Amino acid sequence: MAALLLAAAELVLLMALAPGVVGYTRWVKARLQGRRGAGVLQPYRELRKTFGKSMVIADSASWIFHLAPWVVTASTVAAAALVPVVSVHQPADQLGDLFALMALLILGTVFLALGGLDPGTAFGGMGSSREMTVAALTEPTLAIAVLALALTSGSTSLGAIAGTVLANPANAIGPGHALAFAAFLIAMLAETGRLPIDNPATHLELTMIHEAMILEYSGPYLALLEWAAATKLTLLLVLAANMFAPWGIATAIEPGAVARSVGVILAKLLVLATLLAVLETRVAKLRLFRVPELLAVSFTLALLAATSSFFSR
Amino acid sequence: MRLFSKIARTGIVTEALPDQPENPITLARQIDERARALLGRAVAIREVDAGSCNGCEVEIAGLPGPVYDMERFGLHFVASPRHADLLLVTGPVTRNMAVPLRKTYEATPDPKLVVAVGDCARTCGVFAGSYAVAGPVDTIVPVDVYVDGCPPSPADILRGILTALGRLDPSREGR
Repeated sequence: MAALLLAAAELVLLMALAPGVVGYTRWVKARLQGRRGAGVLQPYRELRKTFGKSMVIADSASWIFHLAPWVVTASTVAAAALVPVVSVHQPADQLGDLFALMALLILGTVFLALGGLDPGTAFGGMGSSREMTVAALTEPTLAIAVLALALTSGSTSLGAIAGTVLANPANAIGPGHALAFAAFLIAMLAETGRLPIDNPATHLELTMIHEAMILEYSGPYLALLEWAAATKLTLLLVLAANMFAPWGIATAIEPGAVARSVGVILAKLLVLATLLAVLETRVAKLRLFRVPELLAVSFTLALLAATSSFFSR
Repeated sequence: MRLFSKIARTGIVTEALPDQPENPITLARQIDERARALLGRAVAIREVDAGSCNGCEVEIAGLPGPVYDMERFGLHFVASPRHADLLLVTGPVTRNMAVPLRKTYEATPDPKLVVAVGDCARTCGVFAGSYAVAGPVDTIVPVDVYVDGCPPSPADILRGILTALGRLDPSREGR
């Protein structure tokens, strides 16, 4: 019972933190660009405003257009429920593991692409086609990178993987983990639409991927999609933190350990979001036709990681 | 690393808005309080060039930059009228752009505001009477705020947007 309550609290924490993570990243980027920038709370204000606006729906939109935001949000929330945030005890482990997580993420991606295609606009179709190109290369990389960890721990349950790394810290600096971490980071940037694959701040239709698919959405639908995108970013950052460096995560369900663990995960998110902002300041966006090369590199790294984990078991 | 040492040396270059606008800013009609309350400090802006000489666009391009930094007021540009709360319209409306401007206005979800930037948007400027011009902006879509100038400075455009949002009245001044 306590574990279930904690899992629900973790989900709420992740969803509530997500816009803040995006806001913090934007704020750091603004500072690095010599601007004052908006406060960390700006994405919350934007969500409140967008939820309150009316909707304009294209005449050519079918039921798929109306379904897509709900499926994207639901699949992201379900995926967020599977990720261990503050505790390695995951009651959701009985419902889904690493493979369920990846399946939920790709389900959201597919419906987002369908929602982009549905109204029949030129930019929506272009965005969907690009998203599918990128997703086809990143989803297997993410899965194989985490599978490399699963091979060492002998379980595909996310909580068990974090527990095994905690028990054997030597694993964390082994070649399997290091390679998997590099692969995971590149795939994560692609999956969440960050530089150098996609520019989250762009207004140029010809260069966008994620933004191009949601151009037709307005009002509450747009707010749902924005929130889901922020949750996906936070979810993958938490996954990176807790799979590859799980130190600080609670192994027992008691108030002291959980409170400490919340502080630790906030600190980890702060560090990862700062690194993300610094990286986005440093690199330029890749030409679209160079993106598959980068993703192929990350896939190769993931494959090497899995091989290395397999032979060094 | 050289990039980041340069960033550290330069620091924040954002300037405070000057107290007085260089050109007059006119509130054309009373703005719905509900719209102001909802938009508040999070406003998505769609720029519509309805036939301008691009002088105003050069000034508008300065808004997201470090000096004028519109993001500190919670303003940002978006790529689609469906995401927008405020239309920034420039230029005399040409015959070719009259329908697209009308359609952009209709594609913007309520509540929405329109800020007309530059002399041309109000009076058609030097283009008045041309066979290619359909008329000033308010003959096509309702305008909330006019920002005069040829072209107006980025600071004036910012003041115009903030006036439309009711954030420049002394009683409700933000930051």
